[in-house]
Amino acid sequence: MRYLSNSDADRAAMLEAMGLGSVDDLFAPIPPELRLRDGLKVPGPLSEAEIFEFFRQASSQSAREYVSLLGAGAYHHYRPVVIDALIQRGEFLTAYTPYQAEISQGGLQAMFEFQTLIAQLTGMDIANSSLYDGSTATTEAVLMAMRLTRREQVAVARTVHPEYRQVIQTYLQHQGIHLREVPYDGTGQVDLQALDDTVNGSTAAVVVQSPNFLGLVERVPSVAEIAHRHGALLIVTVAEPLSLALVKPPSDADIVCGEAQSFGVPVAFGGPYVGFLATREQFVRQMPGRLVGQTTDTEGRRGFVLTLATREQHIRREKATSNICTSQTLMALNATIYLCLLGKKGLRMLAEHNLAKARYAAAQLTAAGGALPFSAPYFNEFVVQVPAEAEELLAALREEKILGGLELGRFYPELRSHLLVCVTEMVSRASLDRMASVYQRHCTRESPAGNVVSLSR
Amino acid sequence: MKSPTSEARPHMTRNEGLIFERSAPGKCGVELPPLDVPPVAAAGALGEEFFRPDIEDFPEVSELDVVRHFTRLSTWNYGIDTGLYPLGSCTMKYNPRLHEAVARLEGVATDHPYTPESLAQGCLRILAETMRCLAEITGMDAVSLQPAAGAQGELTGLLLIRAYLESQGSPRRYVLIPDSAHGTNPASVVMSGYEVKNLKSDARGCIDLAELSTLMTGEVAALMLTNPNTLGIFEPDIRRICEIVHAKGGLVYMDGANMNALVGIARPGEFGIDVMHLNLHKTFSAPHGGGGPGSGPVGVKSLLEPYLPVPIVEQLEDGSYTLNYDRPHSIGRVRAFYGNFGMAVRALAYILAYGPAGLRQATEDAVLNANYIKARLKGTYELPYDAPSLHECVFSDRRQAARGVRTGDIAKRLIDYGFHPYTTSFPLIVSGALMIEPTESADKAELDAFIDALLSIAQEVEENPQLVLKAPHTTRVTRLDEAAAARKPVLRWKPSSRLRDWTL
Ligand SMILES: Cc1ncc(COP(=O)(O)O)c(C=O)c1O
Repeated sequence: MRYLSNSDADRAAMLEAMGLGSVDDLFAPIPPELRLRDGLKVPGPLSEAEIFEFFRQASSQSAREYVSLLGAGAYHHYRPVVIDALIQRGEFLTAYTPYQAEISQGGLQAMFEFQTLIAQLTGMDIANSSLYDGSTATTEAVLMAMRLTRREQVAVARTVHPEYRQVIQTYLQHQGIHLREVPYDGTGQVDLQALDDTVNGSTAAVVVQSPNFLGLVERVPSVAEIAHRHGALLIVTVAEPLSLALVKPPSDADIVCGEAQSFGVPVAFGGPYVGFLATREQFVRQMPGRLVGQTTDTEGRRGFVLTLATREQHIRREKATSNICTSQTLMALNATIYLCLLGKKGLRMLAEHNLAKARYAAAQLTAAGGALPFSAPYFNEFVVQVPAEAEELLAALREEKILGGLELGRFYPELRSHLLVCVTEMVSRASLDRMASVYQRHCTRESPAGNVVSLSR
Repeated sequence: MKSPTSEARPHMTRNEGLIFERSAPGKCGVELPPLDVPPVAAAGALGEEFFRPDIEDFPEVSELDVVRHFTRLSTWNYGIDTGLYPLGSCTMKYNPRLHEAVARLEGVATDHPYTPESLAQGCLRILAETMRCLAEITGMDAVSLQPAAGAQGELTGLLLIRAYLESQGSPRRYVLIPDSAHGTNPASVVMSGYEVKNLKSDARGCIDLAELSTLMTGEVAALMLTNPNTLGIFEPDIRRICEIVHAKGGLVYMDGANMNALVGIARPGEFGIDVMHLNLHKTFSAPHGGGGPGSGPVGVKSLLEPYLPVPIVEQLEDGSYTLNYDRPHSIGRVRAFYGNFGMAVRALAYILAYGPAGLRQATEDAVLNANYIKARLKGTYELPYDAPSLHECVFSDRRQAARGVRTGDIAKRLIDYGFHPYTTSFPLIVSGALMIEPTESADKAELDAFIDALLSIAQEVEENPQLVLKAPHTTRVTRLDEAAAARKPVLRWKPSSRLRDWTL
């Protein structure tokens, strides 16, 4: 087998050194009746060429030829080739969690840079070195808020990613926590009046997403005012962090968390991605996940180590702030490299392109019979009420090799004829024009604009 | 100073500050294609109240700056590609480059999770095939690939147990955990709403049947064990253990972090295990990436299947694959989308490369290598639990501690010999543990060099303990002040901390 290094002579020599006749002797501690008699029923062995061919075939049964306007928590951005050249360096790719700092300075310094970049983007003091993904980062933020406030209620905006909310629900169901969902108003932002009615002295945290699942930027200062007035913490989760290059960071929040997949990590059918969590300095000891800190060696040289491990499971066991151990470091490195490449100017320019493309798309689609039901500002994603049956329209767009967005009825029954459309720099004007002409062809309604009112509450 | 054996020699590494210290106004590492739609003034489009004029202190560097920066950083790291990485419990085996190539194919790396099923058949098939192979390898009835790492697999498995017991009338209160368990086990128990009850190991380092029988009451939801346990010892009474738990209506969870000792040899599903997780980033060679991404699939017996996280990939009569969300008893989701899909790609490639006989051979080599190390070192280092062990072996620093040298010091000295150290100070039931797991990827020559290094260090401990206590001597930085790092945490760069304040 090509991956195994021992020769038959090596194996024989080791057995002989131990005075054993056969490797089977080493498995004697396993009771014979528990040992497998037959081989496993798995395919293989296959050569490298055959395995490549297997996955090449699988990759052809995909949407790779389609223009995608799907966003909703996974964003298709261009990945500079430098990323893969660097993250595939074996010293990064094949290292473990840096328990031995002296031979892990590369990974540790890169994570310190990731923590800094995330803190800068989110407007927070500090950030950790990654969590699994946006959904679990948001959930960990809620658990952290409960530890900090010792309260047992959480108010979550309905415009937080539905799958994030499901994960929060799964984690919290046995913690004695009550989740209260807060509706959105006619602008598509969290309904401030309803929020004020929901939050009280038992509320540990208010959770909003910004831009929210409908693509709209939330009024963070007003939400913060309500939360803080009741002594609750504000958690802002960000699923499309490219927005932070143009949208004011949620500095009024107590925890800013989310998903950094947008920063050059492939959409890869949902993972691996990279969650992040940033907060104020005073909350550091209740943070989940690994933290890298700066220190010095015995000669006074700067170096980096994993720090504040007394929060973590390997030291604190059942009293740890989280059970997380292996996280998403390589994807955090991916995001770090991406952010350094783009930097201050590139990230801003890219965000401007996204903004402009989304505005162009919205204009074309509304001109072709779609309508924008919500009035709040958006970044690169927006809701469009379509002029035909959503499923029919999506099928017609697929004929044109376009994935026209996410049908929102799946998560919001009241938005059945609405699509969530995401326009990144990867979608050309020509594709958007083609999309608009499909809308035009399928326009069966006179003017859907009247429905805008019916959505307000 | 006595110089270490031939494995290592100091080598030039370039100094490199933080990327922020390289930054110069106006530089940028990318250029974008021309904007093909009319530009939009962001302040106007978003409104002044939402508009951000600048990201303060964000780096500004060229593409080459980035390449040099991260290339230099990489040379300060040790990886499996560099040499033996015998971290116990971590299964640091070779990560084939083929896996990186297939995971990056267009159509595998580029499909959006909400791609219509008819256009995502390739990805769904990869998930389905991986689930089928993992069920076969573990002897479990069904598998969920949603958990993102081992610890999340644990939490998922415990939530499944809870859901099942609730359906039987009561979720119960406690989960029994042996004192040799990994820290994630008790942490996951608490997150699932249970309380931990510790189970003391017996003199063999195994589960004490009498103690188990006493503690296993109707209040106990589950026993959470690791098999082989964290000493590398297979629980000889595993069947009986499961019977004791089952007789009281509890379930048995197996932490499958040590599955590299069993693949192709024995299947937990036949031991009586009800639910377990795997670590694809250990046993199935998904690269560890310096701390993830991982993947912690959960395998269950059919009694727990109704509770698995949604969605589940299923195959329809016409051979096509679909995502089934309609599972009323499901515990819900533990993660957005379908888990770390890219890690399933790598695990499947691994299984395909080895095939049935190869998987068994890999396990045999892993166990042979670990036993060879144990046999050659046991005269020199104390072996607190001298039972036959499988894929890893655990020594104690007792003899060296008498000279003031602890496991962490020996580990640092190993670095000078060119090796990544073993796992230190775990499991907790061994005082000053040296936990060694070579995996099947090492050959005898490399094992001999590693063993010789440890023998040589043992001698240094006798003759010149200071040499070991001050190690490593060959690295870019010497020992780092962890206490200072924790006392006054500096967790990010700030413009005020100028480069000239530091020596590199
Ligand atoms: C025995 C054992 N259990 C559980 C875990 C946790 O797995 P993960 O790091 O994938 O969350 C580990 C790995 O560190 C382990 O060694």
